[in-house]
Amino acid sequence: MTREMTGAKMVIEALKEQGVDTVFGYPGGAVLPIYDEIFQQNDIRHILVRHEQGAIHAAEGYARSTGKPGVALVTSGPGATNAVTGLTDALLDSIPIVVLSGQVPTFMIGSDAFQEADTVGITRPCTKHNWLIKDTNTLAATLHEAFHVATSGRPGPVLVDIPKDVQFATGTYQEAAPADSHYQPQTKGDLEEITELVAALEVAKKPVFYTGGGVINSGPEASKLLRELVDATGIPITSTLMGLGCYPASGENWLGMLGMHGLYEANMAMHDCDLLINIGARFDDRITGRLDAFSPHSIKAHIDIDPSSINKVVPVDIPIVGDITSVLTDLLAVWKERGSKTEAQDVAKWQEQVREWRNVRCLSYTSSETTIKPQYALERLEALTKDKDRYITTEVGQHQMWAAQYLGFEDPNRWMTSGGLGTMGYGTPASIGVQVAHPDALVINVAGEASWLMNMQEMGTAVQFRLPVKQFILNNERLGMVRQWQELLHGERYSQSWSQALPDFVKLAEAFGAKGIICKDPKDLDDAIMEMINYDGPVIFDCLVEKHENCFPMIPSGKAHNEMLLGNADTQGVIQSSGAVLV
Amino acid sequence: MSALHIKKGSTKHSAYNLRPNFSDTRERHTITVLVENEPGVLARVIGLFAGRGYNIDSLTVAEVDHTGKLSRITIVTTGTPQVIEQIKTQLGRIVPVHEVTDLTVEGPFVERELAIVKVVGTGDKRVEAMRLAEIFRANVVDTTLNSFIFEITGTPDKIDAFADLMRPLGLSRIARTGVAALLRGE
Repeated sequence: MTREMTGAKMVIEALKEQGVDTVFGYPGGAVLPIYDEIFQQNDIRHILVRHEQGAIHAAEGYARSTGKPGVALVTSGPGATNAVTGLTDALLDSIPIVVLSGQVPTFMIGSDAFQEADTVGITRPCTKHNWLIKDTNTLAATLHEAFHVATSGRPGPVLVDIPKDVQFATGTYQEAAPADSHYQPQTKGDLEEITELVAALEVAKKPVFYTGGGVINSGPEASKLLRELVDATGIPITSTLMGLGCYPASGENWLGMLGMHGLYEANMAMHDCDLLINIGARFDDRITGRLDAFSPHSIKAHIDIDPSSINKVVPVDIPIVGDITSVLTDLLAVWKERGSKTEAQDVAKWQEQVREWRNVRCLSYTSSETTIKPQYALERLEALTKDKDRYITTEVGQHQMWAAQYLGFEDPNRWMTSGGLGTMGYGTPASIGVQVAHPDALVINVAGEASWLMNMQEMGTAVQFRLPVKQFILNNERLGMVRQWQELLHGERYSQSWSQALPDFVKLAEAFGAKGIICKDPKDLDDAIMEMINYDGPVIFDCLVEKHENCFPMIPSGKAHNEMLLGNADTQGVIQSSGAVLV
Repeated sequence: MSALHIKKGSTKHSAYNLRPNFSDTRERHTITVLVENEPGVLARVIGLFAGRGYNIDSLTVAEVDHTGKLSRITIVTTGTPQVIEQIKTQLGRIVPVHEVTDLTVEGPFVERELAIVKVVGTGDKRVEAMRLAEIFRANVVDTTLNSFIFEITGTPDKIDAFADLMRPLGLSRIARTGVAALLRGE
């Protein structure tokens, strides 16, 4: 059955066929026909953001918390250029989002028309793929292909640029046919390599699982299989920032996060292990530290759906290209079929060593009765919210690392943070995207005051759509992480790293029509957090914390995993100029 | 090694040749990429090389299948084995890319480049240029009383050699197409 309709109508039909229920967007001249169609239907909910960057991060939050692709709609020119940061963020963290942008009519492209930008040119390096539509007859098929590309293989952001005349013109609607696409990434791992990994697990004395965001992207089944695998083998497991929740923080084999601000036991295990099994992570520089001293004694296995991730920075011995769910299914089948066991005595000794490292208690800090320590604030937030249906987003900086260290995640899709790109301003719109997808859940954005100000306009969105997001701001009146690096690396010259002329956050909340709470005394903290949780609406929580707290543990730039700094006492003269050039 | 009985960096063959023994020597590789001939596809390939800091020694592109709308891009690049591996897997990630073949690895292969060479001179030099062109099987495609334009086809090395010989004889301009290459046999 062929169906004739306008391009604008086709956009709505294609979104419906793809199962889209929510679009985050902002109207403008070049997308008016699509907005006209949005006005005339009730199947797709449009969330009006206050800035296009917010639309993209909200779509990311929606995608990350549901496993479905997020969708954003922006106008041409500035609408599209404002989307660039969000697209890059989604590319680095492999988040499936589909962005539709308006474009000037085809006959005006190249004439420097009003609000014209070369959107496909600008977004080419920051999308997984993008398309400029020249003919309404190809629009529907391209939109379906966009969803297919965004969600297949290693997920990522895609953009479809739709000129205004294409939206007005009539064409034939085509239904989705993902099997016809030539883009079909390999998902099944090589069985020989998988068997080799099982054989390695059987004889390893000091094995460790190093997991990442790929486990979460592979879907909830992957996390389930991972838990089965850890139970079957009894091997300690750590995770990157992006993978938190794929294994429960309460699990007995959980080491905590690894990397630059990872836990002592996790980093030491990575350094000393003899078998390192990377599942859906990518040996990012925040993880590896100094490459030539990274896990020097281990055989390395790497399971990843993207062949280009393998051997990119760390050469591996057992490469397995495939989807985590598929590979872990096969791995467990081989494990059972062979009646595999780990070397019980050796692994018990290894676990004993891990317990010793745990006893270092690397997350301990000097508590205070007069000022709120940021770590204490997060400990209390954890204690008071962990039993709730809770989702956490963050901004970027010290508070993000503390949140990763002090909050525990039991399930995947509960933790939304900007890992690869480190985008300040991510958390507020992301929390909105999460809350739209989970209207009854408790959604908290753990923020720093400087990051939070970067996309604070989205409070308007939260209020308009009655999204009760909680903005938990650890306010140290500093760009904390910048300040920390300046203290450690730049002779305590605190160049431009303080937040001056901060707004009164309580008044700001009230100005938006939200609730404001301020807390500066540790004794009042629990009551204040409860007040935030119990308030039925968006809250800005201004938590005034210790201003000069540093985030530990820390692997300084250019150092190895076993050269961690555990506290201020360790920092004297340890960072050399060779490390200072690294970020 | 350890008790694991796996040699580090062993080169056992798998679906992807992912276990190279990386060395630091720079190698020259000829890679062909079959792509959908859609707008911007060349920009994607070039953008990948620019964005990730890879070298392009030469690059040719033209549509090779008009009905299937496929183009073949032939890239000659130089890099360490690790970089070459990355180039291939990164090219494979580009959505409109159908096939990436490293001819240097999969070989033997045939490669050809075309150049047109303008040589300006009179007298003995002009005669000598003509004589050398015959040896190289270069054709004269244009002439004036004091210049020739030669057309020469061959490997890049042959064209380099021809250009070197023409330089003292009055080489004034050269235009080269870059390499086109295919695997031998079936």
